[in-house]
Amino acid sequence: MSNHGHRGNNATALTLILPAIALLGFFFVWPIVLSCYFSLTDMTLSGSRAVRYHFVGFENFKHLFADPLFRTSCANTLIFLALSAIIGQLALGFIVALIMRGKRRWFRSAVGITVIAGWITPEVIVAICWVAFLSREGSVNAMLMGAGILEGPISWLISFPMASVVFANIWHGTAFSMIQFQAALDSIPTSVEEAAEIDGASGFRRLWGITIPMVKGTIMTDSILITLKTLGVFGLIYAMTGGGPGTKTTTLSVYMYKQAFSSYQMGYGTAIALVLLLLGVILSLCYMRVSKTPL
Amino acid sequence: MKRKNAKSAAQYGALSLVFACFALPLLWLALASFDPNADQIIKIPGKPTLANYVSVLGGPENLQGFLNSLLLAGLQSVVDVAVAFLAAYPLSRFQLSWKRHFLYVIVFMTALPLNAIMIPVFKLFISCGIQNNLVTTSLFMAAANLPYGIWMMKNFMDDVPVSLEEAAWVDGAGKLKAMRKIVVPLMVPGLCTVLIYVFTAAWGNFFVPFILLQDAAKFPASIRIYQYFQLNGLVEYGKLAAYSVVYMVPSVVLYALTQQFMSKGFAMGGADR
Repeated sequence: MSNHGHRGNNATALTLILPAIALLGFFFVWPIVLSCYFSLTDMTLSGSRAVRYHFVGFENFKHLFADPLFRTSCANTLIFLALSAIIGQLALGFIVALIMRGKRRWFRSAVGITVIAGWITPEVIVAICWVAFLSREGSVNAMLMGAGILEGPISWLISFPMASVVFANIWHGTAFSMIQFQAALDSIPTSVEEAAEIDGASGFRRLWGITIPMVKGTIMTDSILITLKTLGVFGLIYAMTGGGPGTKTTTLSVYMYKQAFSSYQMGYGTAIALVLLLLGVILSLCYMRVSKTPL
Repeated sequence: MKRKNAKSAAQYGALSLVFACFALPLLWLALASFDPNADQIIKIPGKPTLANYVSVLGGPENLQGFLNSLLLAGLQSVVDVAVAFLAAYPLSRFQLSWKRHFLYVIVFMTALPLNAIMIPVFKLFISCGIQNNLVTTSLFMAAANLPYGIWMMKNFMDDVPVSLEEAAWVDGAGKLKAMRKIVVPLMVPGLCTVLIYVFTAAWGNFFVPFILLQDAAKFPASIRIYQYFQLNGLVEYGKLAAYSVVYMVPSVVLYALTQQFMSKGFAMGGADR
């Protein structure tokens, strides 16, 4: 620890931290408090109830749990999370990091840089690229038809909307997991794996018995972080499908936005947001527990 | 040995497939931006030109979009770096009874999904009369990225040896002077990393300005591109691609820069290492 020698007092410390507390208090903590209150009101975006809203108790939440669209968006969120975060980003990131080891340097950098390029692409551009890529006249259809796999073009975004946004989100997010796993795999001493190889353990057994247990911590922290990130995905889905067709890609984030800003039900929208926030809080606490954040 | 070769070939094959899947969407974007007759298919432009770029950059509304993005992200990053630096100093150097709890709250806040508080933030902006304003929107983004900024800054500062500062005090320099002359110069890589990180996050952000800004004249590039795409997406792919490429350039350049800073790290070390 580096804090010996400073006899800084509380007053100086508070003065230095004050700007941070002011910003976070007004723009971050206060809105969270407001969330809790607004979710118990009948506030609307415009009209008389935008200003003179009433306290309605748990009406919004009662309505929420009876709302079939809320259930649909929860299910969509779960599917989106499972497929694009856990199976997609986590598994793909791990596999890519794993088999990249020991490959030629130029090859490793080429793969690494393209995966990272998807990560640093702003989400609106990710949406545009994938809409073009998956459209009826797009490259995916052209390639699949050229290879004789498809007979006619498919409008992927209409026929397989969830798969489309899942692919786009995998493309956008995998680099994060890949980088985490590269670091974790690099820290495994080669001697451990070599010893297992000499003992005759097969590749698959080495993976299950040694490699995966040694990166278990990274698997835990990474899965929580990407789940949190995926819960918050809005722009990507909204720009690609607008939550449709119908409600097929309406996740909680999109449903919250639609209720608050398209249906003008701010109070109800806040109730949905609070569910999202609660999920976030639980996952953040898990993250802090699992990662044993050193303070 | 043969099995090993086959396995290695399979691995190279799998990675090549990954490479293709990740490269192709961006390849389309790059090629289409130079193609006056671009459509959704990846193809080498017949007559590559800069016409798309000229037309996109010639439009005053588009330039305004970039300017707005620059203002939003720029102001936000300067505020974040300054505020995070001030906050990180006592968090790294002082012994404070409440430090642990404060840091727990900061780490906790880094992980919260920001989108979930946008409705009350919107309402708060309306009731304070600060909506549709680039400066206040930028301040909100600063607050949103601040927890991560403080956390990174504190970690960077922990790596600057206290002994150097102490030597300066012994030489009669005051705390502020020691901070300015010793800590700030040694923190340059850290300051730049935080700056670039928060700048990139704000530059790419779509949802926050989408909610908090209403005037088309104030929209940043992310929203302009989104609108352009909604209106002309199926017609003017070349221009859309050129617009997107220009918008992506800062993110790419800044990412490459952080890699520089990161890899140099703290090689300059310090007296006690």
